Amino acid sequence: MAYHTPKLVRMLLGGLHVNVCPRNFTHVQKLATNHSRGFTSSARCQDGQSSSGSTDDNLTVNFINRHGETLKATAKEGESLLEVVIRHHLNIDGFGACEGTLACSTCHLIFDPKHFDQLGPISDEEMDMLDLAFGLTDTSRLGCQICMSKAIDGMTVHVPKDVADARGETVGQQSQN
Amino acid sequence: MSPRCSWLYRLPGRALLGGIRTLPTTRCPGLHRSLTSSAHPPQICIVGSGPAGFYTAQHLLRHHTQAVVDIYEKLPVPFGLVRFGVAPDHPEVKNVINTFTQTAHSERCTFLGNVTVGRDVTIEELQTAYHAVVLSYGAEDKRLLGIPGENLPGVYSARDFVGWYNGLPDNRHLSPDFSAETAVILGQGNVALDIARILLSPIDLLKKTDITQTALDALSNSRIRKVWLVGRRGPLQVAFTIKELREMIILPGTRPANNPSDYQNLGDFIKDLPRPRKRLTELLVKAALEKPGEKEALRRSQSDREWGLRFLRSPVAVLPSEDGKKAAGIRLSVTRLEGNGENAVAVPTGETEDIPCGLILSSIGYKSVPISSSVPFLHKNGIIPNSMGRVQDAPGLYCSGWVKRGPTGVIATTMTDSFDTAQSLLEDIKSGALNYSENRLGASAIRELLLLRGIQPVSFSDWEKIDAVEAARGAEVGKPREKILDPEEMLQLVCR
Ligand SMILES: Cc1cc2nc3c(=O)[nH]c(=O)nc-3n(C[C@H](O)[C@H](O)[C@H](O)COP(=O)(O)OP(=O)(O)OC[C@H]3O[C@@H](n4cnc5c(N)ncnc54)[C@H](O)[C@@H]3O)c2cc1C
Ligand SMILES: NC(=O)c1ccc[n+]([C@@H]2O[C@H](COP(=O)([O-])OP(=O)(O)OC[C@H]3O[C@@H](n4cnc5c(N)ncnc54)[C@H](OP(=O)(O)O)[C@@H]3O)[C@@H](O)[C@H]2O)c1
Repeated sequence: MAYHTPKLVRMLLGGLHVNVCPRNFTHVQKLATNHSRGFTSSARCQDGQSSSGSTDDNLTVNFINRHGETLKATAKEGESLLEVVIRHHLNIDGFGACEGTLACSTCHLIFDPKHFDQLGPISDEEMDMLDLAFGLTDTSRLGCQICMSKAIDGMTVHVPKDVADARGETVGQQSQN
Repeated sequence: MSPRCSWLYRLPGRALLGGIRTLPTTRCPGLHRSLTSSAHPPQICIVGSGPAGFYTAQHLLRHHTQAVVDIYEKLPVPFGLVRFGVAPDHPEVKNVINTFTQTAHSERCTFLGNVTVGRDVTIEELQTAYHAVVLSYGAEDKRLLGIPGENLPGVYSARDFVGWYNGLPDNRHLSPDFSAETAVILGQGNVALDIARILLSPIDLLKKTDITQTALDALSNSRIRKVWLVGRRGPLQVAFTIKELREMIILPGTRPANNPSDYQNLGDFIKDLPRPRKRLTELLVKAALEKPGEKEALRRSQSDREWGLRFLRSPVAVLPSEDGKKAAGIRLSVTRLEGNGENAVAVPTGETEDIPCGLILSSIGYKSVPISSSVPFLHKNGIIPNSMGRVQDAPGLYCSGWVKRGPTGVIATTMTDSFDTAQSLLEDIKSGALNYSENRLGASAIRELLLLRGIQPVSFSDWEKIDAVEAARGAEVGKPREKILDPEEMLQLVCR
């Protein structure tokens, strides 16, 4: 089936705690439940990385959190924004509840249009989860799906005011009777 | 399942993303406590260890350097609906357990399982032992249809059915009847879709999940081939969400069987809908009206199980079999909609329709129950009346999660509202509205009471022993875990 062991699995097997874009993890999890699905080769975040997954921490990204504070962080090429937040313990409550497996929308981020255009295509699955995010905008993405690259080095992203998933809220209920 | 995959499921939180998280204020809790021990720390307890309980605790511990937070749970095992609700084939949703585990490992957090608040210990006793009590006990009951025949064998509530396949001790003897060909699910929410998936999934897919062995055995012999999901309103009012619908449409071994005429006139409405409802409706229309590609057409023709949505049908009676001993069908009242969009209301037209079926699952929602006559409760809405999580007219009492908002919303919604409640509590500490100058004994006082009453609380490390046994039993059969169904057996495992 899959000819290359996905990097995350290899590293976990080796007991190393190195950051890799959790996109790959999604595929691993899916594999665990459903062998027939296999891997897609869309491990975008790996492209810029050496096989060890650790390149220099030479990019930067600024997060503006819900309190309006700017949190500046260093990032590695290929690292997802979710991993950047976790690795630096950035003060953004509840970020990434499902750990980058596209099962929630708590890592919703809002981008400037000029950076948004650099981010590459968005999958139906990411759109599906974004649909449930509060404060959805035309330049919203999920942080777990965005990997750092030179093109977006130094950018500033906003954490929306409310992180809640809108599922349940978007659905109008007939009166409870 | 390869050893690699089953092993992945059992990774301790540490190895995954969750593992890199720490609660910033708890890194050296001992130090914090001794340096700032001029006053007594606020002693807070939380009732219920689902997402609401754990997220409330997380926020309190993170944003107060001294607060002590104890979590009381009725079952010997933690995590509420993350363990007993979330579908077994959605393991990624359960990743939140890694963060909950980190919270439980904080030195200022104690888990006391196997303690039913309201029975083993009263709310008043908790209020005497703690400065504040947060009620996060979820929605334990089910909404009833209130129609004749609802209690016949063959009719089950979603709550009980989900509890059964997920190993909830109370539901372990449910033994649902899968001998008929057709099942009807009443309601069109995400729980209804979870149930439809479990009923129709190829058994080989379920085998690799943490679904109970009992459920797996029963489902292996199931004769159910058709599942109808019945809504009292129309396609524009379905309550499920797009990810779950997409999953259903491509479920291996099944084909969607929808009625094209239900979707034909939606085109005009779609363009003005807000994005989430628009994309959801477009997917419904596509699945029902678009001619599938060659590959998909082949897949559908080779599938031997089918499912479909039925709209504008409201349940009026369960029809008994000839001998009157079990359900043999459901009578639905045909409805029409008054008003538009999310707020449209279904009104009966006077016409009815019968669907013959041997299995009826009522998935019309969960319901919270009052915990004590001393805690205000709004029976009509099934919630504790509150403002930003502060229980109305009850200083020192707070609430979060489904018991605060009602039984809707995903884990992330519950997370946000739990953070809000914790924030209210922290503000009250700061403003002095919550006075903690007087020392309270917290868990040690309650432990004494429990000892006298012969109740042995289960600690978090006890749970970790149960967890390890479940994981080991699962590994033997290629599953992430094999849940223990009998609480007595769990208690035996941790008996000291
Ligand atoms: C079937 C189902 C599937 C779901 N699937 C998903 C999903 O895939 N993704 C998602 O994001 N959301 C899902 N949800 C929603 C999610 O589970 C809820 O948002 C969330 O669990 C609500 O949290 P809670 O803590 O308020 O309640 P609960 O999770 O119910 O927790 C309440 C806890 O309190 C305990 N308790 C009750 N009474 C007492 C007492 N008297 N004393 C002590 N303890 C008590 C209970 O045992 C329980 O552990 C699902 C819900 C259901 C019903
Ligand atoms: N995968 C996931 O993310 C996931 C999985 C499971 C659950 N959840 C969440 O958990 C919450 C609870 O889910 P749920 O499915 O129990 O509730 P829900 O989303 O509120 O859906 C309830 C359904 O029952 C119908 N209904 C209610 N009363 C009825 C009556 N008297 N007669 C006929 N139909 C009736 C509703 O129709 P009306 O709209 O007409 O009232 C609706 O279709 C939801 O927020 C859900 O999103 C999420």
